[in-house]
Amino acid sequence: MSATLLVVPVAAPLAAAGALVLAARRAPGGFSLLMRTVGWGATSLVLVVAVVLLAAALDGGIATLRLGGWPPGIAIVLVADVLSAVLLAVTSALVLASLAFAAATGEDEGYFVPLALVLSTGVYGALLTGDLFNLFVFVEVMLVPSYVLLVAAGGARRLAAGRRYLAVNLLASTLFLAGVGLLYGVTGTVNLGELAGAASVPAVGVAGAVLMVALAVKAAVVPLHSWLPGSYAAAGPAVVVLFSGLLTKVGVYALVRVYSVVFDGDQRWLWLIMAAGVTTMVVGVLGAVGEGSMRSVLTFHMVSQIGYMVVGLALFTTAGLAAGIFFLVQYVLVKAALLMCAGAVEVGYGTDELHRLRGLGRREPALAVAFGISALALVGVPPLSGFVAKLYLLDAVLHEAHYVAAAAIAGVSFLTLTSMLKVWNAVFTQPAPGPGGPGAAAAAGAEEPARHGAHVAVAAPAGPRTGVRPVLVAPAVVLAALAVVLGIWAEPLLTVAEEAARGLVDTTAYVTAVTSP
Amino acid sequence: MGLLVAGGVWFVLQRGMLQVVFGFVLLSHAVNVLMLSAGGTDRRGVPFVGRGDPAATADPLPQAFVLTAIVIAFGITVYLLALVRAERSGDADGPGDRGDLADDPAPASSGRSAPAQQKVRAGGAGTHPTGGAP
Repeated sequence: MSATLLVVPVAAPLAAAGALVLAARRAPGGFSLLMRTVGWGATSLVLVVAVVLLAAALDGGIATLRLGGWPPGIAIVLVADVLSAVLLAVTSALVLASLAFAAATGEDEGYFVPLALVLSTGVYGALLTGDLFNLFVFVEVMLVPSYVLLVAAGGARRLAAGRRYLAVNLLASTLFLAGVGLLYGVTGTVNLGELAGAASVPAVGVAGAVLMVALAVKAAVVPLHSWLPGSYAAAGPAVVVLFSGLLTKVGVYALVRVYSVVFDGDQRWLWLIMAAGVTTMVVGVLGAVGEGSMRSVLTFHMVSQIGYMVVGLALFTTAGLAAGIFFLVQYVLVKAALLMCAGAVEVGYGTDELHRLRGLGRREPALAVAFGISALALVGVPPLSGFVAKLYLLDAVLHEAHYVAAAAIAGVSFLTLTSMLKVWNAVFTQPAPGPGGPGAAAAAGAEEPARHGAHVAVAAPAGPRTGVRPVLVAPAVVLAALAVVLGIWAEPLLTVAEEAARGLVDTTAYVTAVTSP
Repeated sequence: MGLLVAGGVWFVLQRGMLQVVFGFVLLSHAVNVLMLSAGGTDRRGVPFVGRGDPAATADPLPQAFVLTAIVIAFGITVYLLALVRAERSGDADGPGDRGDLADDPAPASSGRSAPAQQKVRAGGAGTHPTGGAP
């Protein structure tokens, strides 16, 4: 039964997006309610399916679906083990949250919802597919709407950012395709199940390495990260929430999957991954310390946090992978909450530059609380979710006696705290300067060509900026609350993460599920 | 194939966006050829159904892969060209209002042509959105 359900995450959002585009052409005005309803409906459906699949996978049954009834090796295989199912659940929840946030910022005018749905289709497909060529196709399905979402609102800055983003991703995709071609030339298959452990042959290992490099670009692992901060900082507030939780995470997922299946967790290259992970952490956080606006600080942190997940992969022990997966899940939620706070400030006050904002703590208590909690969760302060994740990761790292990595984890957390304090001090604590307060500061700033002019105008058309509306804060508050819940009540998710990690260390069950007829 | 890659790399490293687009076209051709050769077309026969021994014909699966890859590369190339056009038009920081797309009497058939579309409309609502903020 659950096998047929595997079609839903791929088919439902795509069908909904197609229907919405058609509907939009028929009735150009007044369809945004329809768009929102259908978008939320399709994504909620995926969330429900993901939970069912997760329950099935935890019972030990890996759902597999061979589309079209072709024999193994030719058929498109969709497979949901614990890792895929749990990430499917988190990403669909994030899509829901960002659709809600986009509705609040007014960004979901036009074609936002269909594009977001197509993007999420690619993400779900990439998480579920058991075939490298289809991974390529789904990643492209995910990227093409993201190119549009990044530049669609216009503006020279966004066009420039979009150009760079597109060029880097296109190059990475081409490289990925080349890797798939090489792999097929050497082995005659692109099925992950049949490729299990194939990388012990040197030629296959080289082809796999091409794949890993391409995926590392997608995941923004240092030194291949430079596309991320620039392009994410230029995107619209809701768009960046959507991107943060989906794009690089698919890269991380694919890295983990390919390394665990094709390379069978080869011990020889772990040091390389470890080095990349630690460098990513350090470089990302150092970049964030020097940034001057809420969003660019947060996007640089994104690079840094990816390092933590890569370190989890580099350990390749059950504990390390479990910590990495736990980190990934909680991080998607926490980072989305933070970006929503930054986006809310930006929409409400017209800027998110630190030197133009102050004293928001008194004016926007809910926002301040949401930002504070999620920032502390990102830093890793008990009892929040980031603490649990980092503690487990540190424990796993120390268990393997990687002292440099352990020092990096602790040091980077400290630097994260520093930059978060900088944001907090600048934006929330300093007293409001007289009447008008931050609004006046923002208005003064708007006289220069505002960087994010486009969506500010959408949200507050030509009036005095009234501050942040509650509906903008709500999604962030919900996600921040989840960070608290995941911190205090971490046991269930930890169990799931450990189960997923066990499936990665010993891939027999996954491989059997993918290859068996 | 080496020639394609070399040309592609050279073009991608040029300054102009149009040259970069050409570079990517060449690079994707190179990879498509690579993909195709993975099926063993150089040493085996043509894979037509019912003709010849399956063991002696090339693997048709990479050809199907390449078809998919070509479609994707083509779509993205068109989008890249639209970006070039949006930049060339000089009013790249035009209306910047997504609502424009929805209000348009004949909306673009897909979001892909959004930048080009905005360029067209930029003349009407060309003032910078925050320009008139108090």
